[in-house]
Amino acid sequence: MQFFFEVLITGLLSGVMYALVALGFVLIYKASGVFNFAQGAMVFFAALTTVALQEKFGISLWIAIPITMVVMIAFGFLTERIVLRPLVNQNEIVLFMATIGLTFFLEGFAQLVWGSGVRALDLGIPDEPIAAILDSAGMVVSKFDVTAAVICGVLVAALAVLFNKTKIGRALRAVADDHQAALTVGIPLQHVWGIVWAVAGFVALVAGLLWGSRSGVQFALTFVALKALPVLILGGFTSVPGAIVGGLIIGATEKLAEVYLGPYVGGGIEGWFPYVLALLFLVVRPEGLFGEKIIRRI
Amino acid sequence: MIYREAGQFKTSYVTDAQIFPIAQDRIGIALMLLVAFVVIPRTATPYFFSAIMTPFLIYALATIGLNILTGYAGQLSLGTAAFMAVGAFASYNFMARIDGMPVLLAFILGGICAALVGIVFGLPSLRIRGFYLAASTLATQFFVVWCLTKVPWFTNNSASGVITAQQIEILGYRFDTPQSKYLLVLVIVTVMALMAKNLVRSTTGRAWMAIRDMDVAAEVIGFRIVHTKLTAFAISSFYCGVAGALYAYCYLGTVEPEAYNLDVSFRILFMVLIGGVGSILGSFLGAGFIVLIPIALSYLVHFTGLSNSVTSNLELMVFGALIIFFLIVEPHGLARLWQIGKEKLRLWPFPH
Repeated sequence: MQFFFEVLITGLLSGVMYALVALGFVLIYKASGVFNFAQGAMVFFAALTTVALQEKFGISLWIAIPITMVVMIAFGFLTERIVLRPLVNQNEIVLFMATIGLTFFLEGFAQLVWGSGVRALDLGIPDEPIAAILDSAGMVVSKFDVTAAVICGVLVAALAVLFNKTKIGRALRAVADDHQAALTVGIPLQHVWGIVWAVAGFVALVAGLLWGSRSGVQFALTFVALKALPVLILGGFTSVPGAIVGGLIIGATEKLAEVYLGPYVGGGIEGWFPYVLALLFLVVRPEGLFGEKIIRRI
Repeated sequence: MIYREAGQFKTSYVTDAQIFPIAQDRIGIALMLLVAFVVIPRTATPYFFSAIMTPFLIYALATIGLNILTGYAGQLSLGTAAFMAVGAFASYNFMARIDGMPVLLAFILGGICAALVGIVFGLPSLRIRGFYLAASTLATQFFVVWCLTKVPWFTNNSASGVITAQQIEILGYRFDTPQSKYLLVLVIVTVMALMAKNLVRSTTGRAWMAIRDMDVAAEVIGFRIVHTKLTAFAISSFYCGVAGALYAYCYLGTVEPEAYNLDVSFRILFMVLIGGVGSILGSFLGAGFIVLIPIALSYLVHFTGLSNSVTSNLELMVFGALIIFFLIVEPHGLARLWQIGKEKLRLWPFPH
């Protein structure tokens, strides 16, 4: 039973990490209806930039992070200007494919500028069991995972405040509700999209730092996007809490399935199990757990 | 002046219903087939066959398959490569386990297996739409490749998980040169492309398009949603399955399940989009474009004399940028450019 809880907690904590990536998807989809496949590449790019800045110019982590943040924000605005603005009003599949093109570009660009080796990223948070829990309950809970969860929680709270309490947040929600109506009351659509991409870039930076220090900064980081997709369809494309809850469900069931179901079918089921799980959820609720109800009119 | 349909009167229903109603189009197609069947086999080098023409035709076939599903029936799918894998591995098993299995029949049976898998994984489409569906078709992709890797039966208990395609032999003739393989692929692709072209003008094709444009409305006027969506999945997967089998038998030779990974799915989706959504001609144009671009790029970059890692990254960048550029310039694909060209030709040289 103790082992079960240990696996469960590990799963929940890794689910938080998935949620972090899914959050970037949700932000962009919510505000512009673009399914941004490049989020994974953005995570990779942000992490690689931070590490390489330290390496090449010998600056400390705490200077490299703000610089990367500026880079990501610039990237967000540039994407809006170069890629999205000419494609306004296009079919959503066209926009989706454009973001796949963006993925290729970003992956090539990041490795061209910074090199393609595997780098370690040290945030100064040890990946060791928390002594208090180990002593009292005998369970291994990583300090790093808990810190990541806390950071994720803070980020979500900050985003909630941004969305609900600020002027920019109101504009974002208005645009998400109805582009045209937002335009008619004078909200600068393109400006808002730029901001959303910049915020998504910032979320990608946080996700990149956490994922990077956990598994090394390498090309494989781009695949965390694929981990985040089932979270996204489970939680609903348009819901920030959905991303968190979805992440927790996916993380926990994935780890439990791997441990308890995996041995019977030969292991390695982590790759597809989340998708099948999300699919089963979707059959019951086609818009995900917290997505906006799909109403179809003729 | 030359490209004009004036004066071509239809005097019977048969002529009115033919695939290419304009005489110039018929001549054009006949010329293209002549070049493909006669001129290219006589003149091209083995490299040209095995590196450009064969993959181009195979990708075109898979693109037609995806175009049927995405372009005509409107169901976005990211699992194309999985259906190709099913086709390839099913064909391999039919060949390996049944003595004297004719290879063409094995391809068809492989395609049918892919169609059955397609129906199973198409079931969620009855409830789910749009990007939710696209993301959930990734389940197909990962599950099928995982299955083929983990279950040794599929690879005939090969220790490395790699299969080697058997020798292709039809009526005693062995297809072992690149040229003969190219001709085999060409015949199959030509027949299946014509079938597809006919299919999309039939009742089935019209039903698909009705579903694509507005499925609730189509249901109200009496189309059977379940039947229509699942036939789209089945036929699309059949095409992909045959393409996958050809990919293994005529192009790669030895295949592991990972050869049909997500990248291949994306590449085929690009072909559909660059070529033109909902166009058979576009499938060929898109496939040609995406097959040629990396080759052209690697040639170009080769001349700059940069190191290998730099060139591969540069290729990625340019490829991505080109995709975005094309989507911005012509979001409806190369097929639309061809259509515009045709309109212009009709009026030329007196546009007023």
